Amino acid sequence: MKVLVPVKRVIDYNVKVRVKADGSGVDLANVKMSMNPFDEIAVEEAIRLKEAGKAEEVVAVSIGVKQAQETLRTALAMGADRAILVVAADDVHTDIEPLAVAKILAKIVEEEQPGLVLAGKQAIDNDMNATGQMLSALLGWSQGTFASELGVEGDHAVVTREVDGGLQTIKVKMPAIITVDLRLNEPRYASLPNIMKAKKKPLDEKTAADYGVDVTPRLAIVKTAEPEARAAGEIVPDVDTLVAKLKEKGVV
Amino acid sequence: MAVLLLAEVTDGELSLDATAKAVTAAKALGDVTVLCAGGSAAAAGEAASKIDGVAKVLVAEDPSLGHRLAESTAALIVSLAGDYEHIVAPATTDAKNVMPRVAALLDVMVISDASGVVDGSTFERPIYAGNAIQTVKSSDAKKVITFRTSTFDAAGTGGSASVETIGAAANPGLSEWIEDKVAASDRPELTSAGIVVSGGRGVGSEENFELIEKLADKLGAAVGASRAAVDSGFAPNDWQVGQTGKVVAPELYVAVGISGAIQHLAGMKDSKIIVAINKDEEAPIFQVADYGLVADLFEAVPALIEKL
Ligand SMILES: Cc1cc2nc3c(=O)[nH]c(=O)nc-3n(C[C@H](O)[C@H](O)[C@H](O)COP(=O)(O)OP(=O)(O)OC[C@H]3O[C@@H](n4cnc5c(N)ncnc54)[C@H](O)[C@@H]3O)c2cc1C
Ligand SMILES: Cc1cc2nc3c(=O)[nH]c(=O)nc-3n(C[C@H](O)[C@H](O)[C@H](O)COP(=O)(O)OP(=O)(O)OC[C@H]3O[C@@H](n4cnc5c(N)ncnc54)[C@H](O)[C@@H]3O)c2cc1C
Repeated sequence: MKVLVPVKRVIDYNVKVRVKADGSGVDLANVKMSMNPFDEIAVEEAIRLKEAGKAEEVVAVSIGVKQAQETLRTALAMGADRAILVVAADDVHTDIEPLAVAKILAKIVEEEQPGLVLAGKQAIDNDMNATGQMLSALLGWSQGTFASELGVEGDHAVVTREVDGGLQTIKVKMPAIITVDLRLNEPRYASLPNIMKAKKKPLDEKTAADYGVDVTPRLAIVKTAEPEARAAGEIVPDVDTLVAKLKEKGVV
Repeated sequence: MAVLLLAEVTDGELSLDATAKAVTAAKALGDVTVLCAGGSAAAAGEAASKIDGVAKVLVAEDPSLGHRLAESTAALIVSLAGDYEHIVAPATTDAKNVMPRVAALLDVMVISDASGVVDGSTFERPIYAGNAIQTVKSSDAKKVITFRTSTFDAAGTGGSASVETIGAAANPGLSEWIEDKVAASDRPELTSAGIVVSGGRGVGSEENFELIEKLADKLGAAVGASRAAVDSGFAPNDWQVGQTGKVVAPELYVAVGISGAIQHLAGMKDSKIIVAINKDEEAPIFQVADYGLVADLFEAVPALIEKL
């Protein structure tokens, strides 16, 4: 079985984002970019499936600007076998919507015929939480979202999902799209020798046009604003003062 | 124009709070038809018919719709979609599982976690863990939206909409439910509680977390946790508050032994009053707290329980 892992290049989760003064978006010039943390978990899971003899090949895909190469090299250094970069934007500030990403991924699935797609549950930049579900719909495949446990057993997979009420376990028919949640595994760090080796692994470069997919956004950005700031609070000296303040506010 | 709203139905029961909050958001868009789907959903349909602002309720009961499996639920919604310009739901994990699938089947974008309605095609939504609010305008003929419940007040009850029973769509047969692991609790639900007490890594262990639970019970509060507390096994996953967990906005949020990472703040910074107890005066949580107490939680929390 081949496993396809879509990985997105996003602002590093430690970076404090700044909204651009003209309201057109968030400033991404010269900020640290990394692999979306959920996608690291997806790559890790794919590699573990390979190590367990359940997958033969792990293919990482990224759609976006040319610099997403770096993200793919990280996936290769972690242990993916090869990578596909689909250049669909010239500027980091142009993000590709999940629907367009899913359409491109659907074409890649047709070509590559993976038995499983492992995606992140959400990208931490736009927090859309949509791409995996959309890809699943376009392919008519089963979906197991927000996975915290995954067992692949021949023609089906058993997925434990993190849901509002607790945990839900379902059985999905293969081929399937699984989107991964935080507690599925702890991703490994790439070792220096593996980073070196990754430079020689194959990385194919394509464009959105190669797949005949129109990436024109359906959602126009009207404006991007800072959220309302909270008024400054106070430090209280002791528990008694805290209790008095809360009583004064009528919340306890 | 008409709006189809997927109600939050769990094991045949309506989650009134989440559904009524989504109704408030949806009312601005047009006449609201609520869809209650499930293995059993008639009782949920009855309950939904009483929400103010609901024009009509559709009840679809079928074993294939039980446990809100995405493929069959999405197929049902798509079969009904022709009559509606907006297809919406509260942004629960169930809806986030289903709605993007619906959107892709209709060849439209999904608008996840909308926190504001500007007009019929323009919506606000938080991005980057709530560090920016983006206003987006959809050019799609149909809009598929999930609404962030913490930013809308629940619609009242007292209505009496008509209820119609409908059939399920053909079951794609792609997935099967095996089991749910749901911890029974007498505490209020995290996303609708008036008070939330959350513990972080500073609490130290699963046993110590009882201290957080005691404080919560004293206040009649729900219990929350940071990701670090969940990852360390101090608390179950459904207690996680934050960018990738639940978003809450209670009257009072008490953060104990939580540093205040942006991913945690994303889930609670719209709370009316925030109290932080942390022994590190530099902890970023104090920047959003209305009342900060720099103290060892193992002394402060028992004292608080005693004095409340
Ligand atoms: C600065 C900025 C500018 C923007 N400009 C525009 C604009 O001009 N017009 C517009 O309409 N929208 C714009 N957007 C919004 C954006 O297009 C979408 O809202 C966004 O793509 C939402 O999806 P997500 O990345 O959160 O995906 P999610 O659905 O949350 O991603 C889930 C998973 O899907 C996979 N995935 C997602 N994207 C990719 C990818 N590119 N490559 C590989 N795998 C992927 C990953 O596995 C990921 O974990 C902009 C956003 C930003 C931040
Ligand atoms: C992709 C991604 C998604 C994430 N999503 C979320 C999310 O949804 N929710 C979330 O919460 N986090 C999330 N995180 C994690 C987040 O970045 C932080 O790591 C996490 O919130 C830290 O939890 P914490 O504050 O409990 O732990 P720490 O940061 O370790 O803080 C513990 C605090 O306890 C204090 N303390 C210790 N002992 C005591 C004592 N005896 N008395 C008083 N105070 C004490 C310390 O001073 C410290 O401030 C996410 C991270 C990533 C990468």
